[in-house]
Amino acid sequence: MSATPSYPPASRKIMNVVMLSLTGLCTLLVLSVLFTILGYLLWKGVHALNLNFFINLPAPVGESGGGVANAIVGTLKLLGMATLIGVPIGLLGGIYLSEFAGGWSAFAVRYTTDLLNGVPSVVMGIFVYTLVVLPMHHFSTLAGGIALGIMMIPIALRSTEDFLRAVPRSLREGGLALGASKSETIFTIVIPAAIYGILTGVMLDIARVAGETAPLLFTAFGNQFNSPGWMQPTASLPVVIYNYAISPYDEWHQQAWAAGFVLLSGLLVVSILARMILARGKKMSHG
Amino acid sequence: MTTLMKPFDLTQLSKAHEVRFAGRESGEEQLPWPQFTVADLNFFYGQQQALKDINLIVPNKRVTAFIGPSGCGKTTLLRTFNRMNETIPGTRVEGSILLGDKDLFSFPATTLRRVVGMVFQKPTPFPKSIFDNVAYGLRLDPKVRRSEIADKVEQSLRRAALWDEVKDNLHQSANGISGGQQQRLCIARALAVDPEVLLLDEPCSALDPISTAKIEDLLFEIKNSCTIIIVTHNMLQAARVADYVGFFLAGELIELNRAKQIFQNPEKKQTQDYITGRFG
Repeated sequence: MSATPSYPPASRKIMNVVMLSLTGLCTLLVLSVLFTILGYLLWKGVHALNLNFFINLPAPVGESGGGVANAIVGTLKLLGMATLIGVPIGLLGGIYLSEFAGGWSAFAVRYTTDLLNGVPSVVMGIFVYTLVVLPMHHFSTLAGGIALGIMMIPIALRSTEDFLRAVPRSLREGGLALGASKSETIFTIVIPAAIYGILTGVMLDIARVAGETAPLLFTAFGNQFNSPGWMQPTASLPVVIYNYAISPYDEWHQQAWAAGFVLLSGLLVVSILARMILARGKKMSHG
Repeated sequence: MTTLMKPFDLTQLSKAHEVRFAGRESGEEQLPWPQFTVADLNFFYGQQQALKDINLIVPNKRVTAFIGPSGCGKTTLLRTFNRMNETIPGTRVEGSILLGDKDLFSFPATTLRRVVGMVFQKPTPFPKSIFDNVAYGLRLDPKVRRSEIADKVEQSLRRAALWDEVKDNLHQSANGISGGQQQRLCIARALAVDPEVLLLDEPCSALDPISTAKIEDLLFEIKNSCTIIIVTHNMLQAARVADYVGFFLAGELIELNRAKQIFQNPEKKQTQDYITGRFG
């Protein structure tokens, strides 16, 4: 018997190399964009990054030692408020959609949720401005939190639905076969089985709205000082970045870069934490 | 799902009883009390009929095996006994089933499923600890006291011949043990609530021979206290564990008889053909 012909043929080997290089190149490109942004923010903002930046209030132009402490606290408060409003609605809606809705109602909920997800954030800002700010006659953390909270609902809802749907039918039947009712099965088996995924979805959802600027312009507005309570206008990192970036002062520009760096780093940390939670969940459920 | 109940005709049933257990003469033991009495059962998935005019009696405290080719309706019948089919939209059942002397459909499904437990083809451990898996059914019942749970869990794991293997890691995730252990865990979980009946849907089809042997051994142990119905594709398994065997073909019960009778001298030609591997 003669030697087997070379397999695979050369053309396929070349194709393989070409495709592998292309996919590798694109991966590198995506990674480099993120690290370029992060590096550029750091390079531009590093002069403003010091302890004062984190613990002081904004200072007038020309005066040194100004910081964005109020904006950092403001962003955290806004996100807390938004989570409190958006996450429970998203979670319960997702549970309904995955476990109870059938046919027409499922279609209606899913469709409106997707539409809501597509509403431009600036429109959300105007909507909450009309609904909350105008009756109250002033901007507030509450209004900003509501705007961000509504924006969180669609993603929290759909990611909860996806993770619940991924729980196999056999697990549900296992619960029902022991005499558990449908809701007992959902709350004691299905949701615990999906909880790490759901938490990951929520954290990524928070990270997504953390950088929203437009809805806050009309609702939380901004503030040069600390904003006690929930009924005062408040500073936030995205709005500070916007205001400082369009100002004519170099010092403020630097602070805007620094604030951008802080915001992006925060989001990175949240994303990494979310991935770690998901990985831990996978490990738990596969031994 | 709608349930159409027919008036229950006892004479007809006793006839079915006699016909189906033709092999009981010649001084064999007294026929056991019926656990399930099925009369004129028809089952539909939408328009498709999966079970046709099933009449049979499942004896109490014995192992009954359902055999037959894929799609013959044996699993559907099994899932009718704990009304698991009700969770599938578009299904319909006609006819009557008695559990002991009570109408199966008169119980709330959640109550029924505590009396008629079920173990599935693939092990379905909950993403909880081994202990919490077994305690799950107990905790659903407010009448079970907290203090009893630990004892019950140990007792159930012993009945499922799993205790010695897991007693030191009761609080580890149930997903960390082997497939065979997981399946015995599912049996322990089902036994924990003291069911009268245990339904097993091809419980060993995903397991290696050693795990299979362990499960067959434990079926021998628990049949003293529990009626067992097992669906299996493995004829040897049916011969090893079953007291009675029902052969199904295309949604019909062809023959139900003592296991020995079915495997040595079946009445129907189809049964003979299936057992000898001529089709199916």
